[in-house]
Amino acid sequence: MRTSPLPFVRRVEQALADPVLRRNMAVGTSRQRTHRLEAMAALPGADALRNHASRIRAHTLARLDEYLEQFVAAVRARGGTVHWAATAAEAASIVTTIAVGERARLVVKSKSMVTEEIGLNAALEAAGVTAIETDLGEFVIQLAGQHPSHIVAPIMHMSKEQVGALFVERLGATPEEVVDVAAMTAFARRVLRERFLEAAVGVSGVNFGVASTGTLCLVTNEGNGRLCTSLPRVHVAVMGIERLVPTLDDLGVMLDVLARSATGQALTVYTNLVTGPRREDDADGPEALHVVLVDNGRSRVLGSELAEILYCIRCGACLGACPVYDTVGGHAYGSVYPGPVGAVATPALDGLGPWTELPHASSLCGACRDACPVRLDIPRLLLLLRRQTVEAGGSPVWLRLALRAHAALAVRPRLYRLAVRLAGRVLAVGARDGYIERLPGPLAAWTASRSFRLPARRTFLDEVARERRKVSP
Amino acid sequence: MMLAMSPTARPRRVQLFVTCLVDAFYPETAHATRRVLERLGLEVAIPPGQTCCGQPALNAGHHDEARRVAAHFVDTFAPDPAPVVAPSGSCVDMVVHQFPALLTNDPARAAAARDLAARTYELSQFIVDVLGDDEAAVPVEPSLTYHACCHGLRGLGLDRQPRALVGQAGGANVRPLDEDDRCCGFGGLFAVKMGPISSAMLDRKLEAIERSGADVVVVTDASCRLHMEGGLRRRASRTRVAHIADVLDDRV
Repeated sequence: MRTSPLPFVRRVEQALADPVLRRNMAVGTSRQRTHRLEAMAALPGADALRNHASRIRAHTLARLDEYLEQFVAAVRARGGTVHWAATAAEAASIVTTIAVGERARLVVKSKSMVTEEIGLNAALEAAGVTAIETDLGEFVIQLAGQHPSHIVAPIMHMSKEQVGALFVERLGATPEEVVDVAAMTAFARRVLRERFLEAAVGVSGVNFGVASTGTLCLVTNEGNGRLCTSLPRVHVAVMGIERLVPTLDDLGVMLDVLARSATGQALTVYTNLVTGPRREDDADGPEALHVVLVDNGRSRVLGSELAEILYCIRCGACLGACPVYDTVGGHAYGSVYPGPVGAVATPALDGLGPWTELPHASSLCGACRDACPVRLDIPRLLLLLRRQTVEAGGSPVWLRLALRAHAALAVRPRLYRLAVRLAGRVLAVGARDGYIERLPGPLAAWTASRSFRLPARRTFLDEVARERRKVSP
Repeated sequence: MMLAMSPTARPRRVQLFVTCLVDAFYPETAHATRRVLERLGLEVAIPPGQTCCGQPALNAGHHDEARRVAAHFVDTFAPDPAPVVAPSGSCVDMVVHQFPALLTNDPARAAAARDLAARTYELSQFIVDVLGDDEAAVPVEPSLTYHACCHGLRGLGLDRQPRALVGQAGGANVRPLDEDDRCCGFGGLFAVKMGPISSAMLDRKLEAIERSGADVVVVTDASCRLHMEGGLRRRASRTRVAHIADVLDDRV
């Protein structure tokens, strides 16, 4: 799950000090926001559709056991093989074993966050199998030796100049081949075409699995998903167990909101529906289809108060909407899943232990909740995780004491007002015309960039109390 | 969002929840809020036992402390059936959306909290939606711009109401603000715990405010005001921040 060995504060520092990243994030997220809002505004009954999509997610998760059984039976009935993976390591090992068994030296992959989650590329590499990412953004990320910084736009943090330099350095591209985005795309396409023809195994993620038919739905804009799932002899589809919809009709609803929320498109350029391996009368398709169902913490989350996070359909709308994400970018989160959804999903799936900062990396402004096509209340889940951190003793001593004292005073109005007066007097010692420029301890973080206004000499409630005494002595 | 009451149900009396930040940092805004409500013909009760809504503890994950403070709030305001009005969208959002869940293991208070939630309003929301008075503002001298504070906007659907009042007060002098619904980076303890991120968010907000060319940026929350004002002062900016109650009281 972890994408960086650095601690959170260091990752944030690095991001904030990188002007190219800052500019690219500001431009990229603002584009994503605008496109989403325009696409949603143009969709009749968008709010009702989002409610519908949310209900489909809630319903599916409430009966996930039944739908999984249906789905597995349907995949098998159409000739597919189903594998269950309880952990990330198990999932990676299942895929690796299949690739090795097929004597594949090369595996082509279409974009998939769950394969990032299970660390698939490294596992394949360790078994002597080369994995090639074929989504353009993922291809660049792989060349750069990085992790995606956005769920649907993996290289949002990079500039085209950085990508061009990478193509020159790593792939020997000529200056003409990287002169602009179109040239770079054509170049990557040439490189990737050969890989597609060489690969014995294609690995894909799954946007939605349809329980009633065993259909795998994959959406892409580049057609690489279609090539990965039809050209190689074997197709391995990796999916989280939560990614089901009951029927094709339900799939339609999800597709109505998915691309609009992700990229602002009414529909992605390619919407692939894969139902089983190649049949006798099929013109093409793989000889074998494997579906790897990944749990990796999901069934535990499903039974917890964080279950709602499994509604997520990985559109990335909350990333584009979030003023924290668009300031620091995805890598600062240090997790495969960045942004508001990642700040919940990461500790939910992996345990809070190493991830206690993430639920605090939010001003709780609610922009993520407004953007979510399935109405995930991310701020509520962030608050739950903060509570769990406190319950596990993870709140700093100064804060614990301060809040305990605050609560004790807040239920004793006279003492509370006295304390406010005293605090004002103490602060006034260090003030200059009504402001403090340097506060001690943890509060120094405020005055690093902001003056701190001094409380008023007389509070409103003290004034009202004086009035009352005057009126009725 | 709350539904407007029918005109016949126009209340004659309200309870003012001044909020802890307005009380301590901006008492003049509290006085302004009171005057504005009185000018609209309301009797303004100020329960003397009021302190805080408990949001700082809730946002820090300290639910026990938050629950204690919320219980005190309910005990202070619930006995009087008059609507509660506060010059803060954030504290009202806390009362409306967090109290009932927070107090769920305290059935008597949870019922009182639900009742309070249905009659607690942010100032501009109360004026426009409940009193049906969207002409409460008088023209003011300086040029204005409006920043939509997060919890009011996304928690209470507070948008049309303050904009109508600011529009009236500023007239042709209202300037558009880029990304006016983008968080200023306050977020309570977030400003301290995540200081560098919060500061970067504030920079983007203040740059937009300065670009607007307005003399005054109007907000509905003292927390956001405290934050933006601290940043503007550090930049030695001439732009000021005002609470909407100050605008309605013609004190900007």
